Amino acid sequence: MSDQPPDVAAGGAGDDGHDPVGSAVADAYRREWAFVLAATARVTRDLDLAEECTADAFVAAVESWRRDGVPLSPGAWLTTTARRRGLDELRRRKTLRAKLPLLLEPVSEPEAVSANEGGVADDRLRLVFTCCHPALAREVQVALTLRLVCGLATADVARSFLVSEQTMAARVTRAKKKIAAARIPYRVPAAAELPERLDAVLTVVHLLFTAGHTAATGERLVCDDLVQRSLGLARTVAALMPDEREALALVGLILLTDARRSARVGADGTLVLLEDQDRSSWDTAAIDEGRALVRSALRGGRPGRFALQAAIAAVHAEAPRWNDTDWRQIVALYALLLGAWPTPVVALNRAVAVAMADGPQAGLDEIGRIQSSSSLAGYRYLPAARADLLRRLGRSTEAAQAYRDALALTADSAERRFLLARLAQVTGVP
Amino acid sequence: MAEYLILIYEDEKAYADADPGAWEQAMKAHDRFTEQVAEEGATIVAGKALQLTTTATSIRADVVTDGPFAETKEALGGYYVIEATDLDHALTVAKLCPAPAGGVEVRPVMVFE
Repeated sequence: MSDQPPDVAAGGAGDDGHDPVGSAVADAYRREWAFVLAATARVTRDLDLAEECTADAFVAAVESWRRDGVPLSPGAWLTTTARRRGLDELRRRKTLRAKLPLLLEPVSEPEAVSANEGGVADDRLRLVFTCCHPALAREVQVALTLRLVCGLATADVARSFLVSEQTMAARVTRAKKKIAAARIPYRVPAAAELPERLDAVLTVVHLLFTAGHTAATGERLVCDDLVQRSLGLARTVAALMPDEREALALVGLILLTDARRSARVGADGTLVLLEDQDRSSWDTAAIDEGRALVRSALRGGRPGRFALQAAIAAVHAEAPRWNDTDWRQIVALYALLLGAWPTPVVALNRAVAVAMADGPQAGLDEIGRIQSSSSLAGYRYLPAARADLLRRLGRSTEAAQAYRDALALTADSAERRFLLARLAQVTGVP
Repeated sequence: MAEYLILIYEDEKAYADADPGAWEQAMKAHDRFTEQVAEEGATIVAGKALQLTTTATSIRADVVTDGPFAETKEALGGYYVIEATDLDHALTVAKLCPAPAGGVEVRPVMVFE
């Protein structure tokens, strides 16, 4: 089975942009892969077969469009082609069909689906919810979403998560087997389960973003691609579920965080802290859009964790300078976030905000409380945050030890360079 | 419809020291579960409670030993085989299954054709 985007350059004019058919196929691949796969899966009721037929349809498109021209609606052409292949294959395997793992949506059910909660009927949503089913481990959800919803080749999925291609292929295969054998249904969950299930989807999309955003090392192209794909996915989910405020909030959170991308890493590859970033290089269009989304997401009802995280990012974005940051507001938002999402990591972030609002000692006291009450051992940002507060209090020896603790837990080269520079600063060794 | 096995894993201490009142309560909980399964539109195909693992005997390569196959804090104490439409349906049912001193595992039953 083809696991790669079709080689659109093959036999064509190459990558120099003078191959309209090639770029039309590549463009359709980027935009329509999930849609075609999802629509095909509903007919074949078998994800594996749907994936195969979808890949085949893109390969067929290269030849056919070159011969007959690019169709008016490439997505519809691809869907029809993939579905026809799927049906042919099912017919061919008819005697075997009883043995094929079935995805469980009866063919006769489209009416019931379009009457489903708020008219949610998009096949891509079913695909996303299936990939992010709670019966699958989080790492599997992430891998499946990238492979099936984003159409990323297994090698690229593997590279994004620093595992071998073989490991990733095995992970994806195992997951598809479980979906089939355990009969994980191919549908958007009912209203009662929706909040919990949507949270899993949004968490996966956010993980994709974080993987792309925080990796300062590694292959920049792969990381940028992950950021773009996660933003695209977040936008799709939000557009398909316009009443879900957390889905809107996630788009806002990604925009507001990614707006700082070019300011985040210095010319020498060193991490630049929010405090020291050149705010004039922030993407103001992304910030404006993000802020508007945060406002909508906060309206009505208790805000969820993505809305609160996005609101915190918005407060940072609104400060013209670091010193203008409204720390009281940020502490208050972190307190709400801790209520909605009580994790040690959120508690640590709140402690850092407290230090900004009430001074380093207040922050250190908060960190002391977190250290004694939770299992953040091995979380590199805890000693790093302590080190910074101790440094600001002039307690150099303790700060140095904390920087060494942080370094022992940090592998990322940009972060290491930053910590080493700070360590040299507090020990007075250049 | 498909068959799923619901394996009930619990800390046996909760039952080893249980008084008759506690047993009665457990029985009632399982009676209620039986009713709830029907209300959910699923069917119980089979279901049994097992004696404690202190009564278990294991055999590996013809060697007979006293005790369960694997020593775990939470031991297999009973099971149901249910019929449900899909995994979500099976999980809805399994969430209702009483296992106050542990939890349950849901396994799809293999179909040979």
